Amino acid sequence: MDNFLVDYTLHLADSTLILAQRNAEWCGHGPILEQDIAITNISLDLIGQSRNFYQYAANLIGGDVTEDSLAYLRTEREFKNCLLVELPNGDWGQTILRQFFFSTYQYLLYQQLQNSNDAQLAAIATKALKEVTYHVRWSSEWIIRLGDGTDESHNRMLAAIDELWRYTGEMFMPADYEKKIDIDFEKIKIDWQLKITSVLDEATLAFPPFEGKGAIFMQAGGKTGVHTEYLGFILTELQYLQRTYPGAEW
Amino acid sequence: MVNPSTIATEKIWEILNQVTDPEVPVLTITDLGIVRDVRFLPYPPLGDGGIEIIITPTYTGCPAMDMIAMNIKLALIENGYSNIKITSVLAPAWTTDWMTEEGKRKLKEYGIAAPNKNFDIPVDGVECPLCNSTNTKLLSEFGSTACKALYQCQDCKEPFDYFKCH
Repeated sequence: MDNFLVDYTLHLADSTLILAQRNAEWCGHGPILEQDIAITNISLDLIGQSRNFYQYAANLIGGDVTEDSLAYLRTEREFKNCLLVELPNGDWGQTILRQFFFSTYQYLLYQQLQNSNDAQLAAIATKALKEVTYHVRWSSEWIIRLGDGTDESHNRMLAAIDELWRYTGEMFMPADYEKKIDIDFEKIKIDWQLKITSVLDEATLAFPPFEGKGAIFMQAGGKTGVHTEYLGFILTELQYLQRTYPGAEW
Repeated sequence: MVNPSTIATEKIWEILNQVTDPEVPVLTITDLGIVRDVRFLPYPPLGDGGIEIIITPTYTGCPAMDMIAMNIKLALIENGYSNIKITSVLAPAWTTDWMTEEGKRKLKEYGIAAPNKNFDIPVDGVECPLCNSTNTKLLSEFGSTACKALYQCQDCKEPFDYFKCH
């Protein structure tokens, strides 16, 4: 069995699951009904992606392992999601900014992954790319609307950039298992920076330089299971039912 | 001479033509292009016989897929078939191009604007399924389900869903 492929597939599954869970917290709380529906629909797309990745991982591992046991019965240190997706939602602006940062990354990653030698990862990426394209457009429009909106919305977006920026670098730092996958992380990083620059510029939002003087130290660890304190709380809620009533169905 | 297995396959397709989409009940799963293939599995000793129905999800996270798979099984069981296997495949990825013309007509009748290549990216102007006006406004890229966008007609004032190109 290829361990790096299992780890990599779990990393993709975990990142999409945890972001889906975070977005789902907005259900019934969105600023207006249409956007409440939009953020939860994005959540649904992400859960769909994570199911595909978990099913594939379960298949690779074999035995009694299922998509459910992977999602519900692994511990915090076994989760390999990026730190960015586990951070609290904050206000609407912060949720949107996180979605924009992550969707843009996913878009560029899946573009490469759809040509992967691994047929199943390629199929999942090809399918998901269409949806992620919507997510990028939807979140970009919100960034521009809020950044170039009122003083209040502008300042809140600046605060969100302050809060999230230091967690963006991890996406482009390949973990050991990612180094064996045929992905050009340097290309993703450059294209991501271009896209982020063009949207934040249009939104009239200032942001730290990517490199050199003034560049911000980037936090990392999620990909190898070293998380912020927040992940434990997410898993407590997410896994509660299966932990308390093993095998419960309805 | 007609191959007997062709007749048997056609019978199954006829049953599948009756299975509807749980979220858009005017459409059948064959209108949508969800069913990709019907196969007869080999009998013993090569296999354990039965029928395999190959389906593909419309959207990755479409919550209707489990229900569709169950409805296919039920429809076939009702018609006397047994040993049914439903296999979901991701490649090639589903596209709205696979929706039949009949399906698009039924969608419009139901009040949902059918996917239109000119509106690959949802913008104002999708034809209103009720009054056919193109003086319409995009309200939200996400409608009542992930596969639709929400519009409002500026002439008849009716809000409507547009089935997005995918």
